[in-house]
Amino acid sequence: MRESIKDKVAIVGMGCTQFGERWDADVEDLIKEASMEALEDAGVEIKDIQAGWVGTGRGSQQVPMGPCSGIIASSALQTQYIPFTRVENLCCSGQEALRAAALGVASKCYDLVLAIGVEKLKDTGYGGLGEMYPGNWQPIYGALGTPPGRYALAATAYFSKYGLSPQEGKRVLAEISVKSHYYGYRNPKSHLKREITVEEAVNAPMICWPLGLYDCCGVTDGASAAVLVPTEDAKKYRDDYVTIKGFAVSTGPGWLKENEDYDFTYWKETQEAAKVAYAEAEIKDPRKELGLVELHDCFSIAELIATESMFLCEPGKFREEFTEKRAYYHDGEMPVDVSGGLKSFGHPIGASGAREVYEIYKQIQGKAEEPSRQIKDITIGLAHNQGGHPGMFVSGIAIIGVP
Amino acid sequence: MAGITSYGAYIPMYRLSRETLAQVWGGKGKGEKAVANADEDSLTMGVEAARDCIKGFDKSSIDALYFATTTPPYKEKQSASIMAAACDLREDIITADFADSIRSATIAILMALDAVKAGSAKQVLVIAADTRLAGPDTRYESLFGDGAAAFLIGNEGVVAEIEGNHCITSAFVDFWRLEYDKIIRSWEERLTREESYMPYMTKAISTVLEKQNLTAKDISKAVIYSPDTSMQREVIKKAGFDPKEQVQDLMFDSVGHTGAALTPMVLVSALEGAKPGDRILTANYEDGADAIVMRVTDEIGKMKDRRAIKGYLASKMMLPNYGKYMRFRNLMEWEHDLFMERRMALAEVWRHRNFYLRFHGAKCTKCGHIMTPIPKMCIYCQADEKYFEEVPMADKRGKLVTYSMDVRSRAIDPPNILAVVNFDGGGRFYSQMTDRNPDNIEIGMTMELTFRRIHDALGIHNYFWKCRPARG
Repeated sequence: MRESIKDKVAIVGMGCTQFGERWDADVEDLIKEASMEALEDAGVEIKDIQAGWVGTGRGSQQVPMGPCSGIIASSALQTQYIPFTRVENLCCSGQEALRAAALGVASKCYDLVLAIGVEKLKDTGYGGLGEMYPGNWQPIYGALGTPPGRYALAATAYFSKYGLSPQEGKRVLAEISVKSHYYGYRNPKSHLKREITVEEAVNAPMICWPLGLYDCCGVTDGASAAVLVPTEDAKKYRDDYVTIKGFAVSTGPGWLKENEDYDFTYWKETQEAAKVAYAEAEIKDPRKELGLVELHDCFSIAELIATESMFLCEPGKFREEFTEKRAYYHDGEMPVDVSGGLKSFGHPIGASGAREVYEIYKQIQGKAEEPSRQIKDITIGLAHNQGGHPGMFVSGIAIIGVP
Repeated sequence: MAGITSYGAYIPMYRLSRETLAQVWGGKGKGEKAVANADEDSLTMGVEAARDCIKGFDKSSIDALYFATTTPPYKEKQSASIMAAACDLREDIITADFADSIRSATIAILMALDAVKAGSAKQVLVIAADTRLAGPDTRYESLFGDGAAAFLIGNEGVVAEIEGNHCITSAFVDFWRLEYDKIIRSWEERLTREESYMPYMTKAISTVLEKQNLTAKDISKAVIYSPDTSMQREVIKKAGFDPKEQVQDLMFDSVGHTGAALTPMVLVSALEGAKPGDRILTANYEDGADAIVMRVTDEIGKMKDRRAIKGYLASKMMLPNYGKYMRFRNLMEWEHDLFMERRMALAEVWRHRNFYLRFHGAKCTKCGHIMTPIPKMCIYCQADEKYFEEVPMADKRGKLVTYSMDVRSRAIDPPNILAVVNFDGGGRFYSQMTDRNPDNIEIGMTMELTFRRIHDALGIHNYFWKCRPARG
């Protein structure tokens, strides 16, 4: 890498739609809602945008074959003939839009850009995401390969490797989901606003053994957006801006699940992205230095393994280091997903990356909408996303903090 | 002398108790019948029987594959060609489907014999399989089961020499299906018995015995086809066989009437119990009748490692209720499921046919690793695919690394079980698991591969491999 992006780009405005089953909104409504909030937050107007990127996994048509273009955003905002580009990288798409926008600013080509993440999932006519082909389209080999089916492989493998009985393992996962719902309940913009107990989670209807209903995130509509400027200009827009400290994307070669040595208990791509992001941000001990981690918890097991894979504790030590110490609560040693996470805040695929950054941005500004989940003295946080499934991920990490 | 050089059979994992049927339709149920899994059809069951049959044989000596069934999955599109690929046979062979008659299996055996005798084929693989359906709440529904058998016909290492045969053809109509029928139609069985079954079977048996200068007493075991449970008796009597000692059980209480596969399966069962020197008479029926006499040789001893009838009979799971049976055999109109609107591309499968149908993996000659599917570059050492050698993987066994059970999946028989299998000797298969008991799955258990119908996206029967816990 030629140069680190650290502190070169500032975020001066962010927006996030109400997440949920947005029967009232189409993809352009969601883009507009998030973008207008971000522009207003930055004190700028649509005409001030010089370039834009919109990240989405499925985009405008709610089917994998939808047209792939930035026009969904230019149309929603009626931008006039500026570049607007659609970026796709599965669940990393929102973060990829932010990264593209940040690189656009860092390259000194633009003074003010907009990054959007969006997904409209609830127009398909069925629950869940359906069959997914994260890499090459494999209609026979990949048939019936659902996200829960593929993530649950990791839960079975983790329990087995670390000697947890299914009952013990499910309790560790249940504690994670209880925490997610605790915060989702306290977050006005979240999708799932209901607190749950460990007993409820453990005894919930089975989705994909060993994962039950409360181990799986909601299928959600939503969008998030950010206004980015060169750090040297940031003061023009606001005093409490944040800067990007590190940005890493690790796209795995896609065949780890077919590799006979892979045991499904760690996310290789996340490990690689974390190493790069920590180096860029000059973080030596992430558990000590980071104020908040918003990570990709599409399933409870995803939170567990992502935590370990970002070196926030030793492999296999999650139960001791997080569950038993309650370290992942907002007043704990290493807060994780105090927004409610993908699990409870919701997971509109392309929106989640920028939405996680939105949470960290608001926390640093001391503006968590509900004070009961405001982290004290937070100056830096990490947003993590991963698209695909265990053994075939693209993983992205953004670290943002006070300048 | 030419004859059978190997045999194999297949009985699907699931059985339906006739008591379960009686609970739905009333009456009394005795025994059980074999039911093909939701992902099985005549073609896939035939592949299973064929793999059992050709295990340990030099596949390159097989010059033809004949498939006999009354339930081919396609009306237009040969089954035998797909089966030849799944059995990983050569491409320069003759394949043919022998359809439309219960008797097509024995006809196929006789035609295979002719090809071998004429010297135009070294060995012919003859497969019979059926998934015949009768109307709900009929005695035939209770009687009909699913299964398959396969034979290699050749003239080296013969285990049962085919000494003679007699065939009769007849235009008689007893059971039939019109081109759009899913379930059989039939005429009153009294006419069938008096005018067709009895006279033709008796004639075929007596003629072949006469031709071979044999009497009923010279026959060690007789395989006598029967359209139902009762008609067989009078033929046995007329032919002069001792029903207890000389007649091979039709397995109606354990497997059911398996259509075109019935006579071949019962013949396999007879061969399993045969010793050198035994003489077996096989009489098959419909559209006339045929009778074949064969003599078992010393080579029969080398057939020991086959699963065949005994092996597959022993491993089974009961269908819990009639609803599952309706699901498996698609006996109702189901709600259209938007989730299931799958697509596929023939081009995609065709490009990768050696993987999808033959289940070849790639062995990297640089690092020695084996990979499935076949990647563009080595996933271990990044060597280019020009350093790959294709290796057959379908017969490998492996151990279960991890699994998940998707209860909400749109599988016909949920949960859909995703299974990661590491092959003994290298390689991994990220696969679906079939023929399994969800309560009895453990990491480390031994897995094997089976050829199944994955789905019917775009109206195409899409076949591929799954793993299953090793049977018996």
